[in-house]
Amino acid sequence: MTRLTVPKTYKLYIGGKFPRSESGRTYEVATKKGAFLANAALASRKDARDAVVAARAAFSGWSGATGYNRGQVLYRIAELLEGRREQFIDELMATESLSKSAASAQLDTAIDAWVWYAGWADKYVQVAGNGNPVSGPYFNLSTPEPSGVIAIVAPQDSSSLLGLVSVIAPALVSGNTVVVVAHQNAPLSAISLSEVLATSDVPGGVVNILTGSPAEIAPWLASHADVNGLDLAGAEQLEWVDLQIAAADTLKRVLGPVVGVPAPSVERIVQWTETKTVWHTKSLI
Amino acid sequence: MTIEQAIALAPAERAVNLIGSDLTEKSLKLHLEGLAGVDAVGLEQRAAGLGTRSIKTTSKAWALDTIIKLIDLTTLEGADTPGKVRSLAAKAVLPDASDASTPQVAAVCVYGDMVPYAADALGSAWSNGSDNGINVAAVATAFPSGRSSLPIKIMDTKEAVANGADEIDMVIDRGAFLSGKYGVVFDQIVAVKEACRRENGTYAHLKVILETGELNTYDNVRKASWLAILAGGDFIKTSTGKVSPAATLPVTLLMLEVVRDWHLLTGEKIGVKPAGGIRSSKDAIKYLVTVAETVGEEWLQPHLFRFGASSLLNDVLMQRQKLTSGHYSGPDYVTID
Repeated sequence: MTRLTVPKTYKLYIGGKFPRSESGRTYEVATKKGAFLANAALASRKDARDAVVAARAAFSGWSGATGYNRGQVLYRIAELLEGRREQFIDELMATESLSKSAASAQLDTAIDAWVWYAGWADKYVQVAGNGNPVSGPYFNLSTPEPSGVIAIVAPQDSSSLLGLVSVIAPALVSGNTVVVVAHQNAPLSAISLSEVLATSDVPGGVVNILTGSPAEIAPWLASHADVNGLDLAGAEQLEWVDLQIAAADTLKRVLGPVVGVPAPSVERIVQWTETKTVWHTKSLI
Repeated sequence: MTIEQAIALAPAERAVNLIGSDLTEKSLKLHLEGLAGVDAVGLEQRAAGLGTRSIKTTSKAWALDTIIKLIDLTTLEGADTPGKVRSLAAKAVLPDASDASTPQVAAVCVYGDMVPYAADALGSAWSNGSDNGINVAAVATAFPSGRSSLPIKIMDTKEAVANGADEIDMVIDRGAFLSGKYGVVFDQIVAVKEACRRENGTYAHLKVILETGELNTYDNVRKASWLAILAGGDFIKTSTGKVSPAATLPVTLLMLEVVRDWHLLTGEKIGVKPAGGIRSSKDAIKYLVTVAETVGEEWLQPHLFRFGASSLLNDVLMQRQKLTSGHYSGPDYVTID
């Protein structure tokens, strides 16, 4: 008896659910040599819109959690990634034509990046915030707070999993919610990552992953008035100047294209925050 | 029980014309119970079918503007203040400060004691009994429960009308209706209708809230709609917004069918107001389709159809901004209610 293979359906990840594209479209994901791997959903502008709505709805809960709690939740994602090693390595080998050791190395780096960023969740405020010196009987305190919904174009040239992790983790640390357009030609590990997120403690809507054409979706996210930040890390091949102009029209924070994968940095965390400064009287001491 | 049923009811004109001059609780009950039952599956299927229409581009722009013109902008909270009512009135006059071409809403709907503030804040935009401008609607008769005695309900109504309310949203006594005391409900509506009379002899519009979420069956909704119309209601309204489920598409469709039947029978046009639970433009457009397909596009006017809503307006404005600007808008670009 031969057995029929059961191929996996790769869908979008919006609001904690796995919908197909509203448009009903799919596209073929192939190996670098052109062999068929899977059908992935080709997200439309309305999927992007729904993702922003879901991200906005999740913002108050995620940003309202304590930094300590967010750190634990993010760390647990790293644990779950570790438990699914084989699946991620297989997908990376298939989509990026990597050797097993190269795929394994990419996964290790991605997991380490999660852990590194998770550790910052209850520490970045101490670094980016400040007690300001004033000449009066007051405290004057500046603290960073999350910007809101961050739209991200994930790195597109190589390292699909590491690239994705390196752009969403820093945005999540401070309490932002994200809508991310995954690697167009190698989206499989992004969707598998969303399955990890769905079974972890990350509330639905905090991370929303779209697969499809960044060139089609990014302009809608860049001009969307309910998006607070735009990370163009993987937009090198797009008309990213136009995207920046569209983002400026609705007052977004913007990060430009990056060659390769952005290295872990506190700057990427602080980029997606707003500084709140308050005065507080000392007189009750 | 039989003695009670022989009690003559207030001689409301419509009921007398339809049922006969010897109007009693018994004859009313026989009439209402003689109404055909509702095919629930068919009704829900029809409503779901009407909800699948795709409305695009120019039709959508028309639909959005029409929705705004049909909104009763509502605030019915225990925490309402004159300041909140003033800001609501300002929004009614100029819903989108970034686009002066946005139409004005049909009415602001507030509690009775807030009517003077609403009228004052609307200023020259207030219709004040005329056909042009924004009406002030007041909920009355111990809204939302309706649990008080008739004299208090009448005083509640009279006070709101004296304060300048152009429309009165009354609640029916659901307890009496569900226990089969149709005469009690009927007499109360007739009495409140009379309390809507202004000093100059004209009447404030009476909307009768059925609170369909508490009526349990579609048959009851049909009976209550019919009862409210017979007793003299100008509008039948689904819900207070305080009970879940509030307005649903099937219930609204059913009430529109009653209105259509009444129009075929008598030529009179009764209004319908779904209220509560309609939050997105997409939902509201489904209601527009349902109205147009059931009673005709003629009903898409403020004196025949209204949306009772508060958060709906912001979503419509964001959709409108999207059509104008070409990019998605966000809640930062509309007012906070």
